[in-house]
Amino acid sequence: MTPADDAPKRPDVQRPNTQDVSHEQVAEPRGAEVVPSDASTLEVVDVREGMFGVRGTGDTSGYGGLTRPVTLPGATQRPFGGWFDDVADRLDSALTSEQLTGSVEKVVVDRDEITFHVRAADLLTVARVMRDDPALRFELCSSVSGVHYPHETGREMHVVHHLLSMTHNRRVRLEVAVPDADPHLPSVVPVYPTADWHERETFDMFGIVFDGHPALTRILMPDDWPGHPQRKDYPLGGIPVEYKGATVPPPDQRRSYN
Amino acid sequence: MTDTQQPTSDPYAGTQETTSGPVFTVTGQDWDSVTAGSDGREEHIVVNMGPQHPSTHGVLRLILEVDGEMVTEARAGIGYLHTGIEKNMEFRSWTQGVTFCTRMDYVAPFFNEAAYVLSLEKLLGITDEIPEKAQTLRVLMMELNRISSHLVCIATGGMELGALTVMTCGFRDREEILDLFEMITGLRMNSAYFRPGGVSMDLPSGALEKIAETVALLRKRLPEYAALCNANPIFKGRLVDVGYLDVAGCLSLGITGPPLRATGLDWDLRKKQPYCGYETYDFETITWDQPDSYGRFRVRQAEMWESLKIVEQAAARLATMEGQPVMVDDKKIAWPAQLAIGADGMGNSLDHIKHIMGESMEALIHHFKLVTEGFRVPAGQTYVAIESPRGEIGCHLVSDGGTRPYRAHFRDPSFVNLQGTSVMSERGMLSDVIVAIASIDPVMGGVDR
Repeated sequence: MTPADDAPKRPDVQRPNTQDVSHEQVAEPRGAEVVPSDASTLEVVDVREGMFGVRGTGDTSGYGGLTRPVTLPGATQRPFGGWFDDVADRLDSALTSEQLTGSVEKVVVDRDEITFHVRAADLLTVARVMRDDPALRFELCSSVSGVHYPHETGREMHVVHHLLSMTHNRRVRLEVAVPDADPHLPSVVPVYPTADWHERETFDMFGIVFDGHPALTRILMPDDWPGHPQRKDYPLGGIPVEYKGATVPPPDQRRSYN
Repeated sequence: MTDTQQPTSDPYAGTQETTSGPVFTVTGQDWDSVTAGSDGREEHIVVNMGPQHPSTHGVLRLILEVDGEMVTEARAGIGYLHTGIEKNMEFRSWTQGVTFCTRMDYVAPFFNEAAYVLSLEKLLGITDEIPEKAQTLRVLMMELNRISSHLVCIATGGMELGALTVMTCGFRDREEILDLFEMITGLRMNSAYFRPGGVSMDLPSGALEKIAETVALLRKRLPEYAALCNANPIFKGRLVDVGYLDVAGCLSLGITGPPLRATGLDWDLRKKQPYCGYETYDFETITWDQPDSYGRFRVRQAEMWESLKIVEQAAARLATMEGQPVMVDDKKIAWPAQLAIGADGMGNSLDHIKHIMGESMEALIHHFKLVTEGFRVPAGQTYVAIESPRGEIGCHLVSDGGTRPYRAHFRDPSFVNLQGTSVMSERGMLSDVIVAIASIDPVMGGVDR
């Protein structure tokens, strides 16, 4: 698929770096180089239409023709600034000595935080390097959780790891994207035992499977619960409430601004 | 495992033949039939402690395999208090999110709010624009809350040991702090006092005097805990060397807060990664040299004194800040109505209602838009962690540029610390399980969210 085939035919959508471009770049290994695109370019993950959450003929507001792209910060060019460059360089050289190329798909620096987008297959090695390399030394895995981006075709399920280095007083984020059709990635429990419950929660809430986890079972929801509640296609639920003759719909069915 | 199953009237209480011998499920008043069926040689008992058990800090279920009085395997079952707070937040505006997250860890609600609003302010890029008075009020409330949370930990921990005097003292003193919360925010807990951009309202008149009174009272009463417990042979006999977890165990299990500081590592985010201006306050990071339940108790006790120091400093600063704003200047973010506490309780400020209803059409439109639609947050993601009484509470927020969180996730310290249950209580006595869990002070509202 070329970007031109699929890019929305709207003047206000930024063309140079749509999700499909980044996806395509991800597919081919690019050596140790980690910076694919311009920092100022945003990544389109969705397109918003209308104003009040109502679609089609139900929208009588006159705002139905509004379309706005939903964009997330795109990849950042070097230099990243501060200690970000040190960590990125060190990670690159450590991964090269591990015979890994292209493990880091892209680096995003946004709001003073650095995110390494890591190829799913190499996650465990990257985590081990992050923990063990004396210049990196991220001893503590603060948190593992998921984010569901249903519009990012082929990369719908994101798993976000927040690492903390007490030695150097730094925080980084590792982000792994896996397709919804095959939501598998390696578990980091062998490196960070604390990820045990975090990964169980992410499995419970998103249905993402962590291969190599010692006992990947539901943790918050009942064992026989159908579905994974934090996915975007899972409804919030709720019942309408009647009050003095009027009916208040549940929160996910109320009219809302989007 | 189950090869055959005998048909019984009660599907949950019957005898099962398995490859490793018969399995008896005991539900009460049927001990005779169990002892009759067992030859008594291979006793292998699984005790299901909780979820309704007075000693488990709320609805925590412990699945303990015991050999006599010794626990050979301990597992924690959680989720009984899961309320879908993170999912619910995706369907409310950014401002409304505060009222949800404050209900997670209900013993330390201000820390939930702080993690959320600090993360949101970083997303908005207004971290540096928060008025100094709002930051000082946040510090004041968080430190008062730290004392009240540690008091609950010590109180319930004492109760679980059978030391009921510690419990009554702890709740008596916590009440003083809750009274302060009620005076300042209008609510005793779950106040939704921290708002994106500042706090919901200014200090009421007389609050500083009340704070000074409470601090003086606590200074008088905190030594009671030391006198009652610190050298008490029974108390020490139950706590010393129980729930031992050294620094390597803490780091690999992600355990932070007092359990980590009891190992001697001085990791306190207020010092290491300061927020809300903590770098300008004079206080010490408390550590202890014994990573057991007693060490954690002493760390909490000493931290309350440090928090009192911070409260006094914050109150002294607030005395010089009368009339200063408590909400960010940006009218596109600041909640339009200022709340006020009237004779009949907390409500909208009457001055503001007069302004929008009688004086300015534009103010009314602005109020309406901001309250119904909310503000938009630029797309991106942030993770902000702060030091709660239980350890690192982190908030990961993702915005897609809309008026609601695209994803909100909380790294709750109780959730993570509870993973230490097994390693702290296996090969120990059954009674020590309770002490070990009390020493990490899990709050199930935060664990299950």
